[in-house]
Amino acid sequence: MTTTRRNFLKTGAALSAMPFFMSLPASAAARDTVVVASGETINSLDLHRTGTNRASYEVAINCYDRLIRFGTKTTPEGGVSFDYSQIVPELAESWTTSEDGLVITFKLKPNAVFQDGTPVTAQDVKWSFDRAVSVGGFPTTQMKAGGLERPDQFAAVDDHTFTVTLDRPSKLSLPDLAVPVPFIINSKLAMEHATDKDPWAMEYLHQNTIGSGAYKVIRWDNGQQLVYERFDGWVGGLTPAVKRVVRREVPSAATKRALVERGDVQVAFGISDKDASELSGMLKVDSTPIANCVHALCLNTNFEPFTDPNVRKAIAWAVPYEDIFKTAAYGRGAPLWGGTEEITDTAWPRKSQYSTNLEKAKELMAASAYPDGFEVPLSIALDLAYWMEPAALLIQEAVGKLGIKTTIDKIPGANWRTASLVEKRLEFHLENFAGWLDTPDYYFFWAYQKGHLFNSSNYFNEEVEQLTNETLHMEMDDPEYAPKITRMFEIVLDELPRIPLWQPALNVAMNGADGYEFWFHRQLDVRTLTPVAS
Amino acid sequence: MSGRGTAIALRIAQAIPVVIGVVVISFVLTRALPGDPAAQFAGIAATPESIEEVRRALGLDKPLLQQFFIYCAQLLQGDLGQSISTGRPVVSELAARLPASLELTLTALFVSCAISIPLGILAATRPGSWVDQLCRLLVTAGVSLPTFFTGIVLVYVFYYLLGIAPSPLGRLDFVYLEPPHVTGFFLIDSVIARDWETFGGTVKQLVLPATTMALFTLAPIARMTRAAMLSALSADFIRTARASGLSRRKVLYGYAFRNALLPVVTTLGMVFSFALGANVLVEKVFAWPGIGSYAVEALVVSDYAAVQGFVLAMALLFVFLNLVIDLAYSVIDPRFGTSAK
Repeated sequence: MTTTRRNFLKTGAALSAMPFFMSLPASAAARDTVVVASGETINSLDLHRTGTNRASYEVAINCYDRLIRFGTKTTPEGGVSFDYSQIVPELAESWTTSEDGLVITFKLKPNAVFQDGTPVTAQDVKWSFDRAVSVGGFPTTQMKAGGLERPDQFAAVDDHTFTVTLDRPSKLSLPDLAVPVPFIINSKLAMEHATDKDPWAMEYLHQNTIGSGAYKVIRWDNGQQLVYERFDGWVGGLTPAVKRVVRREVPSAATKRALVERGDVQVAFGISDKDASELSGMLKVDSTPIANCVHALCLNTNFEPFTDPNVRKAIAWAVPYEDIFKTAAYGRGAPLWGGTEEITDTAWPRKSQYSTNLEKAKELMAASAYPDGFEVPLSIALDLAYWMEPAALLIQEAVGKLGIKTTIDKIPGANWRTASLVEKRLEFHLENFAGWLDTPDYYFFWAYQKGHLFNSSNYFNEEVEQLTNETLHMEMDDPEYAPKITRMFEIVLDELPRIPLWQPALNVAMNGADGYEFWFHRQLDVRTLTPVAS
Repeated sequence: MSGRGTAIALRIAQAIPVVIGVVVISFVLTRALPGDPAAQFAGIAATPESIEEVRRALGLDKPLLQQFFIYCAQLLQGDLGQSISTGRPVVSELAARLPASLELTLTALFVSCAISIPLGILAATRPGSWVDQLCRLLVTAGVSLPTFFTGIVLVYVFYYLLGIAPSPLGRLDFVYLEPPHVTGFFLIDSVIARDWETFGGTVKQLVLPATTMALFTLAPIARMTRAAMLSALSADFIRTARASGLSRRKVLYGYAFRNALLPVVTTLGMVFSFALGANVLVEKVFAWPGIGSYAVEALVVSDYAAVQGFVLAMALLFVFLNLVIDLAYSVIDPRFGTSAK
């Protein structure tokens, strides 16, 4: 037998020597390989690069470590989700906050090493944090949310002690270190590839993962696949059960579904609500509602009729919530209507006190300044048409009964952000915002404060402004916190700049794998996956 | 012979203004598209300052004319620029993806020619017979079935239900290694490497997408063959040939088919160009890493360099294709390139 590449590989002796080996899907049952199908493309291995898309955050999560991460909890649906209230070590062994809450001191795990074997030091952490606040764009904005703005806030005291100095104490600072952005890079290796033009080694990190994380990328075929291989020296958590994870890009939803049903891929990530509801009887499907995320119908205060409280409430009573939830979301996610008026807890998103009651809606409309209705365009984003279009059609029909004539205006994805969020010129539109940091005040900061990006309704209420500013950095166990938050809920659910529709879900189907956990960043954390015999 | 040489040179010279036009138009059109790449790449939670930063980094803060000259200067050095969304040079992206699309399209065209031309000839020689009806049925089906639909049906039947087709995951199942890169065509590269298993793997992956594309391209070719053959068969010279007692084979292939070939080749060129365009949908269904899905993604995120590079590559491809077709004319029809052209 002549030695070809294939039979050379078949001997198995070559496994460790080859960057990528062959694993027949059938034999993968005994396996150390899990195949994941995802519809989205990974366009960079470096989250900090300008132009890196959301799907690529996955690499930062799996191949790099942060100082800390969130714990996990079991969800009411039976899945596992991250737990915002609990922070656990990743690269840091322990941490303390000073009396005044201004200095956080981290002790690094002494045995932590990067994938090339060099030890992780506080200097690496400092360099990585400096990079995150200096490169601009999304990473810098996200760091700012936790009050981390300038390199002089970070200091390496000795090899294993690292401090963060804040301008003011904030409850968001520590959680902001557990989001994917402040990941820790092997700075010595990075500096070798840095140039005067490229001091942060953006070019090198775009193509290479040089972290201390549980996996490294051993192969990346742009637009096709990405292969992770386990790094056995990882100290950030329990050693992953799977040696290799192959992430194949499958743009077609139908193909993705066929693959997971046949068991040729073990995880289909981000499947549609329709596929999730149809597959849930046959396979293990996880549909955890996305934390701090609300699909909402927004009423812009720029538009005269929407300044009339009776009109806003009439619309809120007219919306066919149940039908929308069934048609647009196939029942995946959590309903956000039909709650009680009295607010006793600070859980967010919460059910509004509204439900479908056309009689009540008509009465309110008759009492308003526009008893005969008016005309208004209802805008939706073409990119998000999968949920916005059915929702908009049902809303159009329902408000039509109140005499409000709507035309559905489909706006292309490239224009949507400018029109809805920057210029805030859409009178009547659908919108969704999800906050990474899972506190109601953080949601209010983005979606209900004047001039802020996701406040696409141009909402302004002095009391809400003030309460949001007060609660944003306040500890959640502060006795003043809960009353202030419930007051904020009360105001916005009464004034209704955004009518909550439902909380959407992230759907993942598994056939031959288990251990999926839902994370706020909505990417796949492959570190917890386990193979199961199918 | 010099007549033909001049004709070719003339054709190439004619392509120059076309290419210049494509460069200008693709540049202007991408800028005229709605959407702001700086806002797109700065991310959803960006501040106005960070958007400006990104704009400067992308060189989009400069006046349009200056941007155009920078682009042209780069083009002259063979540099199509850097794709922002993938962070790699556009040239290397195209080099990696164009062969994938071409391999699929050419295979599909080969299959569809192998079926549709004989079918068209048979239908023309026996109008009204069952072959003619079969031809009509195939043509109607091919025209009316959208490619993504045929693709999904084929996946459903042959992969999902019957399990005889391999998983629709691109050019090669991950059981196989890619053959060493020579041409970028896996079929050819694996033959060069004498790696028959990979060759087999490539063929297996190609069958369904190529069949989908072949069904789609079959219709116009079969129709054109049938029509051209019918008109050629009713021409005077065929009657003369028959009257002179030439064999049926000589009349059919030596005279009628050769004359019918001109419109068929023209159609083939057109089919090839729209097949490359229609590839996008097939690429999506079969996770095929081709050039169409790359271009669509680049368009969605306003990745200027990638879109321009794609348009230019396509333009050059079509110029080349037209040249080849014109040359084919001169082989088929000796009158080409002489005074009778």
